[in-house]
Amino acid sequence: MGRSGPRRMIAIVLSLVITAVTVWLMYIAFVDSADTPQTTYQAMSDNAQLAQDVYTIIFILAGAVMAGVIALTLAFSFIYRERPGQQALQIHGNSKLELLWTLLPVLIVAAMAVPTFNAIAVITGDAPEDSLEVKAVGYQWWFQFQYPELGVVTASDLHLPVDRPILVKLESKDVIHSFWVPQLSGKVDMVPGHTNQLWFTPNTVGEFMGQCAEFCGLSHANMRFRVFVHTQEDFDAWVQSQLAEAATPEEGLAAAGAQQFTMSGCIGCHTVRGNALAMGVIGPELTHFGSRTRLAGGMVENTEVELRRWLKNPPAMKPGSIMPNLNLTDEQIDSLVAYLYSLQ
Amino acid sequence: MATAVGSLSQPEDRSKIWEWMTTVDHKKIAALYGVTGFTFFLFAGIQALLIRTQLAVPNGTVLDADLYNQLFTTHALTMIFLAIMPLGASFFNYFIPLQIGARDVAFPRLNALGYWTFLVGGVMLTSSFFLGGAPDGGWFAYAPLTSTEYAPGKNLDFYTVSLLILGISSLMGALNFAVTIINMRAPGMLMMRLPVYMWMTLVVAFLLILSLPIITVALIQLYFDRNFSTHFFSPEAGGDPILWQHIFWLFGHPEVYVLILPSMGIVSEVLPVMSRKPLFGYSAIVFAGAAIGVLGFAVWAHHMFTTGLGTVPLIVFSASTMAIGVPTGIKIFNWLGTMWGGNIRFTTATYFAVSFIALFTIGGISGVMHASPAVDGQHQDSYFVVAHLHYVLFGGAIMGIFAGIFYWFPKMTGRFLDERMGKFTFWALFVGQNLTFFPMHFLGLAGMPRRIYTYDEGLGWETWNLVATGGSYIIALGVLVFLINFFKTMRQAPTAGDNPWDGGTLEWATSSPPPEHNFDVVPEVRDRDPLWYNRDHGIAAAPKPEHLHIHLPPPSYIPLVVAMGVALLGIGALSHIGVSVLGVAVIVYGVWAWALEPTE
Repeated sequence: MGRSGPRRMIAIVLSLVITAVTVWLMYIAFVDSADTPQTTYQAMSDNAQLAQDVYTIIFILAGAVMAGVIALTLAFSFIYRERPGQQALQIHGNSKLELLWTLLPVLIVAAMAVPTFNAIAVITGDAPEDSLEVKAVGYQWWFQFQYPELGVVTASDLHLPVDRPILVKLESKDVIHSFWVPQLSGKVDMVPGHTNQLWFTPNTVGEFMGQCAEFCGLSHANMRFRVFVHTQEDFDAWVQSQLAEAATPEEGLAAAGAQQFTMSGCIGCHTVRGNALAMGVIGPELTHFGSRTRLAGGMVENTEVELRRWLKNPPAMKPGSIMPNLNLTDEQIDSLVAYLYSLQ
Repeated sequence: MATAVGSLSQPEDRSKIWEWMTTVDHKKIAALYGVTGFTFFLFAGIQALLIRTQLAVPNGTVLDADLYNQLFTTHALTMIFLAIMPLGASFFNYFIPLQIGARDVAFPRLNALGYWTFLVGGVMLTSSFFLGGAPDGGWFAYAPLTSTEYAPGKNLDFYTVSLLILGISSLMGALNFAVTIINMRAPGMLMMRLPVYMWMTLVVAFLLILSLPIITVALIQLYFDRNFSTHFFSPEAGGDPILWQHIFWLFGHPEVYVLILPSMGIVSEVLPVMSRKPLFGYSAIVFAGAAIGVLGFAVWAHHMFTTGLGTVPLIVFSASTMAIGVPTGIKIFNWLGTMWGGNIRFTTATYFAVSFIALFTIGGISGVMHASPAVDGQHQDSYFVVAHLHYVLFGGAIMGIFAGIFYWFPKMTGRFLDERMGKFTFWALFVGQNLTFFPMHFLGLAGMPRRIYTYDEGLGWETWNLVATGGSYIIALGVLVFLINFFKTMRQAPTAGDNPWDGGTLEWATSSPPPEHNFDVVPEVRDRDPLWYNRDHGIAAAPKPEHLHIHLPPPSYIPLVVAMGVALLGIGALSHIGVSVLGVAVIVYGVWAWALEPTE
């Protein structure tokens, strides 16, 4: 063979060092990426944690296989590099080795399969009896959230109580969307004509980011939402505030805005409970628009500046927006902004 | 084509073009596939660069949403159907007859028709950019986003019609290749003496024969939904969008193996020759390849883990998907076994082949990761999957194709590609793709969804997106140097000789480039590596006979006529029925003339 001695040792050590450095760099980047706002690896619910535990096992196994193959490829490349006077070993195979490396992948996938099947049985199983039901409906390009038991409807912001199982029923009004809040649950698609579901129990109070994860057309990238997990008291208070009907302002700019809301045809697509004329169901309900944190399908923060930009020309902000450019004047926008922010 | 002929004044040039248009020689058709496929590869690469440029920074403004959606859709369609598949078909065409010791493929005119039909489909798909808009619903074209309600333009009709035409082309090729390998082997070449590349080709041919009819049905259904108001996939009329996903992925997953198996075959040729030893575990590699092909039909629903399949289907398809990891693992270990104990020449081809092992492993193992539906809930439609599929298709398929180009270039042209430039290309591609695609794992981990034309700042996605974009430009540089290498090499004299790498398979038994009839005397095969057997047993090549009485099929323009009929049929399907009727008439005339054409 002649492939022994210090040269061989150097090759092996070099391969291991390169592999170790590569894996170490990947690990650093991994840890860094897991600590980001929309991370998939910081579970904040029971079922997300269950999936993450499977993820951890599989990650370690996959990393070990990758490191092993990289190290072997490097080592063989260094050791068996052509040298004068060397002869290649003329062999066609080795049954024992081949049996070994058939069994090895079998064992590895078995180690991945068993925890997977356990987790899947729970995650896709029935939600607990005392779950709070939320219906999430996908529209091009925004999320609507209904609470059938509570009589509340909202958009782009999903409010939930902590430590109570949540059953999310998923539907779509147009094309396929996907409901994804990485820290709370893996994604499940919203398919027109089907009702899908997922459940999880959030275990931490906080704000979590969600985004549509199935390509759904022009503004797929802009279809986002936020999930707010509250203490039970805060959640109850939020529900109470949402149950109230909107008062129609009697005077000032907001009153002019209420009229403008009718005259510009906003009522054709939007519902404002308490405003008998506004009963449209094409766009999001606006009864408590002022209390929302996000605007335009979760695209931007709900601030006056963004709202003005939106009213000025919706499709310019969100490509393909179903809300058309109404060619509103600045005065009309002033009044509409005042009215919309009166809807707390 | 007609204008190209008319614009050339030199009679010999005209006859040269006519020669290429009427050729039925598998080597010339391979060259046509290769040049066309590589051109589309460059085109799809430019699309990728535009995509990466848009995503380099948050809230990018290089592309708008509409163009971005067209580009990510056509990038996939072009790479899959117009670059990797035809580049595979190019090698199949060139090396099936040469590796099995035949004079041509079984059906030479069908072979020509396959190429011209492919060209029609490719031009049609690409022309959509200039005729109102390219397909913009993703290469998977999920219903109901593809219905006329949500996609009123012609974009999706270009998708259905050109993919149907490309499907016809692939089907003709696949049947031809399967028949050739099964029936036209040289004396003594038993099935278990076939080169592994031939085995992988055979598996690919059967995958195509079995899977293309499935997508054909789906595309016709989609075309009918869009043009004749049927409701296969529209939920409001009782159709089901999930039905499309089942049919599409029943084709789509075997298609993945159509893309990767040829490169696995190439690597299985390059590694033993460069290591100067026989392939380790030949039968294990062959059976593993066949097992991947069979299992490939039993895993489609893993693309649909998030569609609400239910617990039992999730577990079944998770198990079958993980099972594919086993034959894949066997192959990887056998390639490593082939290197073990070798005396490895590190030519550019070797670099590509060896890097294939590691890069494909990364793509393969991340595939096993999202075979777990629990993990897939986070991976599906995120950048983690983009990373995974590019490790398989770039680190796997494309690196394999480059290994094949550098390995077989001396055989095809008689010239060596420049090794220094070749190694530069290798390092640029290797470094570039790892910079482009590995960070996408981190982006997926940080929750970045796929197919978004824009993203906000502050999500921790900025750094890795910028790195990925930088990497894509390094890839482009490597490809550019390859092009320079190609044109420079083609201007040199052919000096490679018959068997420059000391290969053991039959293509190395003839001259470089081979004569039109491939072999003066069809060699007799006594071993898996017949040339090594002859070398080690002192068996001299058969002397060249004084008179060659070899019958080769004459050139024919009829395949081109039939392909033009198919083009008219397709144009009619996108415009006016009258054009289609004309197309059918041309096809009928062509097939009639085909049947009556003298073959002497």
